[in-house]
Amino acid sequence: MKDIILKAENISKQYRLGEVGTGTLKHDLNRWWYKIRGKENPYLKIGETNDRSTKGTSDYVWALQDINFEVERGEVLGIIGKNGAGKSTLLKILSKVTAPTIGSIKCKGRIASLLEVGTGFNGEMTGRENIFLNGAILGMTKKEITSKLDEIIEFSGCERYIDTPVKRYSSGMTVRLAFAVAAFLEPEILVIDEVLAVGDAEFQKKAIGKMKDISNQEGRTILFVSHDLSAISTLASRTLILANGKIIANEETNKAISIYSSMETSSSIFIQEPLLNVPSVTKVEVVTSEGGILHANGKALKIKFEINMPYENYENLAFSFQIINHLQVPILYDYIFDINTRIGRQKGANYLEFTYPNLALYKGNYSIVVHLAETKTKTKFQEFKCCLFEVEMIGMKEPEWGWQKNVCQYLDKGNWEIL
Amino acid sequence: MDSKNTNDWLFEITPKNKFFSLNFKEIWQYRDLLMLFVKRDIITVYKQTVLGPLWYLIQPLFTSITFTIIFNNVAGIKTGSIPPFLFNLGGIMVWNYFTACLNGTSDTFKSNASIFGKVYFPRIITPLSIVISNLIKFGIQFGIFIFFYILFYFRGADLSLNISILFFPILISFMGILGLGLGMMISSMVTKYRDLNNLIGFGVQLLMYISAVMYPMELIKEKLPKFGWIVEYNPLAYVIETSRYMLLNIGSISILGLLYTAIITLTVFFVGLLVFNRTEKSFIDTV
Repeated sequence: MKDIILKAENISKQYRLGEVGTGTLKHDLNRWWYKIRGKENPYLKIGETNDRSTKGTSDYVWALQDINFEVERGEVLGIIGKNGAGKSTLLKILSKVTAPTIGSIKCKGRIASLLEVGTGFNGEMTGRENIFLNGAILGMTKKEITSKLDEIIEFSGCERYIDTPVKRYSSGMTVRLAFAVAAFLEPEILVIDEVLAVGDAEFQKKAIGKMKDISNQEGRTILFVSHDLSAISTLASRTLILANGKIIANEETNKAISIYSSMETSSSIFIQEPLLNVPSVTKVEVVTSEGGILHANGKALKIKFEINMPYENYENLAFSFQIINHLQVPILYDYIFDINTRIGRQKGANYLEFTYPNLALYKGNYSIVVHLAETKTKTKFQEFKCCLFEVEMIGMKEPEWGWQKNVCQYLDKGNWEIL
Repeated sequence: MDSKNTNDWLFEITPKNKFFSLNFKEIWQYRDLLMLFVKRDIITVYKQTVLGPLWYLIQPLFTSITFTIIFNNVAGIKTGSIPPFLFNLGGIMVWNYFTACLNGTSDTFKSNASIFGKVYFPRIITPLSIVISNLIKFGIQFGIFIFFYILFYFRGADLSLNISILFFPILISFMGILGLGLGMMISSMVTKYRDLNNLIGFGVQLLMYISAVMYPMELIKEKLPKFGWIVEYNPLAYVIETSRYMLLNIGSISILGLLYTAIITLTVFFVGLLVFNRTEKSFIDTV
């Protein structure tokens, strides 16, 4: 039987847009007038789905709508979604900072939330004093903090500065100290917003490691929001996707990530109308290992091309493509010419496929550039960039310092020998 | 704990539909936080200052000197056998405690928005901590009052203690609770309507003049019989008049007036608590 520690039922949250001014007073009075007559709040009926980009007609929006989910004891639940999807609102409700408009969350354990590191830190006070203050704000008693003080100081690595006012700390040190306090909290449920986005790589590694310990060894439940898909994929067992205030998927993490990446506006498929009288590339599709635009390092990547030919038996066609990184630097290149092999001899659609059996691109964003030309007259028909895709180090053993961005473009297997 | 039982929920997060909910058990759990907030309020004020806690004394002393010169020497308000300086110091000290509590608590939500927006703890902890840390500051000011009391006594001033001084702590708690209650009310309303902020600054200043701080209550009845009622209906005036009676054996004590003050104080406190309690659940969306 499943041991449900937290259950959210029909959580919805309405916000009023615009400024608070004299109009607010009018609405307040109106709401109060409905209330004393025993009627329902008139403004709950209106309200629109929270889509930031379109102009709405109503002053009220639903930041969250009908959120239902359950979390099992010891589970790590990831929450992903674009900016404004309602992630932070959900976390705020979970951490009791704000109340839902409708619905309820039932809970079987203490919730501690970490929406920000160092909440309530006071620059004038020393590191030690701040450990006590911050710990107490997060719900620890003085006794609990005292018993863990040495561990906290050691974990933070700020021992030397512990009796110096925090305003003299570097920002990195403040974050370390603050995270150290939070890491030694002992609630049954821990709610974490993107606090890991701060600090250096070594510290992030330490923080992720600590979170793994909390869930694996200590069996505590974590709800974790992040934009960093690789952090989600290493930590979370199940992931919720929020979009416009609604849950659109509640799946096992890898599946959720692939659904999420297919939602992205930058598509892995490129289609265009054929040109008249000249050859043209009409479709390019990148088939990634994880679906959508997300590709796992070391797995097979297939690229499909569709070339439209104006007439039959066209000769000397030359086709090539490059894979370029986010800085537009070409990393890989391959070609096929109509010399030894015959390509593009049919009128209309011609199909080509290229497969990298284990594409070892390093994590980052990549695009395809295609070139279509004729070898004899050296005419270039087309050259364009398309199909953004993202490589992540999914399922790879992480190095000690974590996967850092832009350390390389290509990561192939090889062997070390110590002589 | 039988965690298999799915109805066995520890707590529930729901919309704010209860009329009043104050979880005393929870507040008790956070008592350490209360004390740490008090400590923070006290020590951060004088960090990186040369005079440190002496600042708590400078303000009432200089105000008393100014009042003595203006109201007693220039305007000629009589304080009987009591040295005017001591008369003013006593009144200002008690009045300061009220204003410090009121000012401190009245922007609870606004000045703590960044903490309240990120972390949950019973919000009442914050105004409570302000009232307590101000009580400590009041204690320091009371110390300087005792110092001058003894000084004047040995220089031959006609000073005598009144037995009712035993009730002085209760009187001070009235002042604290009244400041807290009003502060909570204002802080709750300020979250939505910032207009009130502008009102408080000069409102408190004006209030001082009708609270019998720099004159005996008798005097206003005698000199302005038509407007004396303004002072008479002001609970603060009773507290200040009574505290002078207790400390300096001057003026009058009115049981009826004190009863009236107690009723007003408790009413203000409970209304403040209610409004505060209603606001704490939703303010983060409006602040």
